[in-house]
Amino acid sequence: MSLLQIHNLHVKIGGHEILKGLDLTINAGEVHSIMGPNGSGKSTLAQVLSRRESYEVTEGEILFDGKDLLAMKPEEAACEGVFMAFQYPVEIPGIGNAYFLRSALNAIRKYRGLDELDAMDFLPLFRERLKLLEMDEKLLNRSVNEGFSGGEKKRNEILQMAMLEPKLAILDETDSGLDIDALRIVAQGVNALRDPDRAMIVVTHYQRLLNYIVPDFVHVLVDGRIVRSGGPELALELESKGYGWVEDEAQQVAPASA
Amino acid sequence: MAVETAQLESYLEDFTEFVRQTEKDTPQWLRDLRDAAFARFCEVGFPTPRDEDWRFTNLAALRRTPFRAARGNAARLSKNDVAAWHMEDAAARLIFVDGRFAPELSALDGVPEGVTVNGLQRELAGEASAVTEHLGRYLNIERDPFCALNTAFAEDGAYVHVKRGVVVEQPIHLLFISTSAATPTVTHPRNLIVVEDESQASVVEDYVSLGAETPAFSNAVTELVARGSASVSHILIEREHLQSYNFSTLRIEQARSANVASHSLLLGGALVRNNVHPVLAGEGGECLINGLFIGSGRQHLDNYMLVEHASPHCASRQFYNGILDEQAHGVFHGRIIVHKDAQKTDAKQTNRNLLLNDDAQIDTKPQLEIYADDVKCTHGATIGQIEDNALFYLRSRGISAVEARRLLLEAFAGECLDRIKEKPAREYARVIVDRYLSALAIAAPAGAVPFVRSGAENDHQTS
Repeated sequence: MSLLQIHNLHVKIGGHEILKGLDLTINAGEVHSIMGPNGSGKSTLAQVLSRRESYEVTEGEILFDGKDLLAMKPEEAACEGVFMAFQYPVEIPGIGNAYFLRSALNAIRKYRGLDELDAMDFLPLFRERLKLLEMDEKLLNRSVNEGFSGGEKKRNEILQMAMLEPKLAILDETDSGLDIDALRIVAQGVNALRDPDRAMIVVTHYQRLLNYIVPDFVHVLVDGRIVRSGGPELALELESKGYGWVEDEAQQVAPASA
Repeated sequence: MAVETAQLESYLEDFTEFVRQTEKDTPQWLRDLRDAAFARFCEVGFPTPRDEDWRFTNLAALRRTPFRAARGNAARLSKNDVAAWHMEDAAARLIFVDGRFAPELSALDGVPEGVTVNGLQRELAGEASAVTEHLGRYLNIERDPFCALNTAFAEDGAYVHVKRGVVVEQPIHLLFISTSAATPTVTHPRNLIVVEDESQASVVEDYVSLGAETPAFSNAVTELVARGSASVSHILIEREHLQSYNFSTLRIEQARSANVASHSLLLGGALVRNNVHPVLAGEGGECLINGLFIGSGRQHLDNYMLVEHASPHCASRQFYNGILDEQAHGVFHGRIIVHKDAQKTDAKQTNRNLLLNDDAQIDTKPQLEIYADDVKCTHGATIGQIEDNALFYLRSRGISAVEARRLLLEAFAGECLDRIKEKPAREYARVIVDRYLSALAIAAPAGAVPFVRSGAENDHQTS
């Protein structure tokens, strides 16, 4: 059985339909990239998968590990193994990074019937993952994302992913705003987490990130539908030709299917 | 203005009885002080919303209720009854039941040499002490009728005196318990804290209720004197039940280079008025006025700050955070007066508020009166809600909605708690505050709330 099955997904936000019948199937161990022009619905898909409540699903279904994902609250989806690395990680003054991560990890462990970790068990694990992301231990006691640089925030997202070990990781424009060094570190972190039991969705506007995280499949999202799927070579084609040609193609197809 | 005398009748009867009972044992100076204060109270009566200092707080219910003095009817409690409020690591514990010092429940012997802690009435009855020098000397009964009323009935409370150069590391815990009564009762705790030159102390003034919820009115005054280079922390905790009225005035007198921190935690009570009035009377003084108010139901929590800069080179910092749910109403009135000679004053005021419900209300009002020409004064206020983005971020990592809200509320309240430097007092306060926050986190609606932030930061700089 596939890890993630999306059938005919329609999503509205603020009365506007953003996703207009999206289908996607992902198996464990696969890395899929979703590419597309601005406003095509890439981030909407990421938000819906992580169960943001302000997005209204009007039609379709999502099965995650055979379960109805759309019936889950954000925390339930997370506990079931969905993780989204935010495009814009949120700063939370007053909540320490380590304290936050331990609360999250223990919430998930408790959901799965595992013992909670105390600070003594947690710290060695945390330190090891910090090294993977080449992050300073000082970040341990700083407030979540507060005063972090853009690169530090993105690395912190991947650190959380490394700690929480999801079944499905969604990287929402994780490459945006990163210089090449930060991009390399983030990609290295992500690649270290590639696993036969884990699937990833890499949402990106540009091909650049895919030089470092090589996907198994690339999908092009235009106007709320996947209009083309292929292998990594599709990303290169998009890079050289731009999104214009797939958009034109999509417009020719759209009236017929509307 | 004509004063409706009917409403004052119960206080008049109580005062007449009080004078008759205490006449014999009361020194003349104290009788004069009380008489003048009661005359002042009768002259002005209770304030009305027409009074600018009381604009946001309606006293109709307080006026209507015939409160009678709890005097002489103090409940007898056992150590078991008061165990729930035990503070670990306190240098001394003074327990007051319905305004009366209860020596059998208190522990006074752990204090270092050079420190006196006692019930005020016992201290007054003893040999010549600093009481006579300080009591009533700083409080202005003309300004506030509740201060006048307290002074008229001033009889018992806590007395703390720290001799020159003595450092009291652990906090001194003052616990005021109001017990249940058949009829509405009023008490007038009167505290005097004198910390001499180069000394250090921290005092926790803690108001709690015991038994069924019956109307009770605590009308407290604390005079705090910080002499030259003294360092003093005062922590007020109001956590009485929801039939309580708690009015308190903390009048701080700071001498040269004294450093005083006032921390207020308003958690309980139906109608609460918290007056903090520091006067920076000597050069180089520093004052921190820090507070947290958490209200739900129909609680009304009013914070009135009056910071007087009366000398040059003094700094004051006001930080108040409010969290209001349901139909709770909060007030922050931050008044700063910079007197003519108080050059190089550096005064800052910040009031941040979280409203968890559309029906919750906050009135925040800065009021700056600057008569010197080389000062720095800033004030700012914000009103917002729990940020939806932050809530979602936490939930997307597996943390439940209730737990996520609790963490965010704790972070917001933590700003204030972290300003309490003394660890035993801070941790004591944190446990209490966290209980209120957990209740709020569960009560608040789980739905997504749009984030609104309005606010202003203003600088007033003259030079």
